[in-house]
Amino acid sequence: MPAVQETVERVKRIDVDQYRYGFETLIESDKAPKGLSEETVKFISEKKNEPAWMLQWRLEAYRRWLTMTEPTWARVDYPKIDFQDLYYYSAPKPKKTISSLDEIDPEILKTYEKLGIPLREVAMLEGVEPKVGEEDPARRKIAVDAVFDSVSVATTFKAELKKAGVIFMPISEAIREHPELVQKYLGSVVPTSDNFYATLNSAVFSDGSFVYVPPGVRCPMELSTYFRINERNTGQFERTLIIADKGSYVSYLEGCTAPQRDENQLHAAVVELVAHDDAEIKYSTVQNWYPGNSEGKGGIYNFVTKRGDCRGDRSKISWTQVETGSAITWKYPSCILRGDNSSGEFYSIAISNGYQQVDSGTKMIHLGKNTSSRIISKGIAAGKSQNTYRGLVTAHRKATGARNFTACDSLLIGDKCGAHTVPYIEAKNSSATFEHEATTSKISEDVLFYCIQRGLSQEEAVGLVVNGFVKDVLQQLPMEFAVEAQKLISISLEGSVG
Amino acid sequence: MALLEVKDLKVRVEEREILHGLTLTVNEGEVHAIMGPNGSGKSTLSHVIAGKPGYEVTDGQILFKGEDLLEMAPEERAAKGVFLAFQYPVEIPGVATMNFLRTALNAQRKARGEDEYSTPDFLKKVREVSKSLNIPQDMLKRGVNVGFSGGEKKRNEVLQMALFEPSLCILDEMDSGLDIDALRIAADGVNALRSPKRAMVVITHYQRLLNYIVPDVVHVMSKGRVVKSGGKELALELEASGYTQFEAA
Repeated sequence: MPAVQETVERVKRIDVDQYRYGFETLIESDKAPKGLSEETVKFISEKKNEPAWMLQWRLEAYRRWLTMTEPTWARVDYPKIDFQDLYYYSAPKPKKTISSLDEIDPEILKTYEKLGIPLREVAMLEGVEPKVGEEDPARRKIAVDAVFDSVSVATTFKAELKKAGVIFMPISEAIREHPELVQKYLGSVVPTSDNFYATLNSAVFSDGSFVYVPPGVRCPMELSTYFRINERNTGQFERTLIIADKGSYVSYLEGCTAPQRDENQLHAAVVELVAHDDAEIKYSTVQNWYPGNSEGKGGIYNFVTKRGDCRGDRSKISWTQVETGSAITWKYPSCILRGDNSSGEFYSIAISNGYQQVDSGTKMIHLGKNTSSRIISKGIAAGKSQNTYRGLVTAHRKATGARNFTACDSLLIGDKCGAHTVPYIEAKNSSATFEHEATTSKISEDVLFYCIQRGLSQEEAVGLVVNGFVKDVLQQLPMEFAVEAQKLISISLEGSVG
Repeated sequence: MALLEVKDLKVRVEEREILHGLTLTVNEGEVHAIMGPNGSGKSTLSHVIAGKPGYEVTDGQILFKGEDLLEMAPEERAAKGVFLAFQYPVEIPGVATMNFLRTALNAQRKARGEDEYSTPDFLKKVREVSKSLNIPQDMLKRGVNVGFSGGEKKRNEVLQMALFEPSLCILDEMDSGLDIDALRIAADGVNALRSPKRAMVVITHYQRLLNYIVPDVVHVMSKGRVVKSGGKELALELEASGYTQFEAA
């Protein structure tokens, strides 16, 4: 497939500095009062019809948060955030309870159309209830739990998932419908006291996804959530919790876009994954939030805490991320390798252009015996951006036979950007085997000229070379995301050379 | 008919003039050899024709099929039929050779307003050409020139030349880094591409290559100018007596 051609056409359709997803949807919304207080927390909890224990949990987090200070160790630089100048909750006003896609506000559906998210199409093509025996295994199914601003407005495929016993719903619903599961697992991987942003999230999280896959079940489809920040000045605090019970498997895709804004928008999500014995969770992200304009104004601040707990023996958690957006990215999807013989993976492509700042990486915490982890990180810095890989690999005293392989490659485009690698490696027992490889290279004029002499334009040449550079990671993505990601990579690097 | 006309070309690199008024005419169907010592400006000429950045043309002109070549972007020149076989072909990790060939070929066809090749047509064409050049299929699955031997890299250049069907082929020091066997294979590939509509400019230090690719015209370059032109026997003369006698004053 001549993906490069397609990419270039897409790039050409976009005017410089015109973020493709920079539009607003005009719908009424239901807002919490500005600022953060116990009242705000209560307002959110009330809006969600939450049980008392949940409100208590939030309030404890809020009180804890008041005692904490913002972390400053990351290699990012931004004006101080006034947490009292933000709205912490906003939801599209539902006209009535929604039972099918047709009942969704047409404005919202239109937004999804512009984003190229085939929610309606998926529903029509796949039908809600496919007839038994007619299922085409070649056609991969994707269930979409669409998050519009802070409330999930549509959930498809519920019926089929239900048949398999998989619970996939907005977390606000799960709190009401499956309190025993939520109470057992929420905060068990990222405790409310974990870090400044995670604690903030615990106090004010609005919605997110909840997934539970029962023992021995292989989730029959890829699960997918699309996040979108729409309300002016609204912090977005997603909370996602995925539990794979013994011997189960689930693959979850997350993709994000946000409209163009002058004010900076704060995003502080928390994602918790729990894998029991022999279970496997694959979590993929393509993130292309608004990175700010060509002068570095605006853009999303993305302070995310993502962590997976390989709680059971032989469990496996794999993170794959393609990060191209946001003005500031502060994100370290991590694995706690608690179970014996458990394994963790982190595959990452982080692209920064313009004035973007990325400080991202992973933590692999080896606690169990014979645990293994693998880190493949590809950082691409262009324009005036700064791109930092920060990673921790550690083996506990009891984690005998722990193994890690890390490869960090950085590619520089132009001479005004920076790439930094900050690996922390600690082995507390002598049987651990840790390998670390790192390279930094500059996209060479000779390579570009070679491609151009063969008929490619400058942008096509950069897209081709960069897609080659990140190939190892792209291959880890589910097919439908890999193609999207490839396009996104070229689009993000638009105007980075020359 | 004249395919390439270089007229009184003056070129600078960072304030230093490398070509001091070079004139050269290459007609369709002809093979020209350009010989000369290191630093005589041979590679500069090839780079300027292909449009490599970093060179400043201060005077003169280059016409290609009667059009002003210097007005065209480098990728436009490629689409119009200018092909440069590199002395040191670059490696592009992670980009399969097959994918690269197809992307480039389709980019050129699109620029000319032609239809892009369909997958089966393209594969058929690549198979044909690679077979004639003794290029195994698995080499095409590897990253562009990654882990290729010197001979394989040059054969890959010839493969592209055969696929893209350019009307002007510039071969920059094609013999560098090749043993005799590899040189013969590459030269056979080039010879198979000789045609009445296609011209070639073969840049080399040594006469050796010209035993395999026999030129119609030989030019001797020295200090940024063509100082002597003649038939193929001029190359033999150079081999015997060296460049000193031709050195420009």
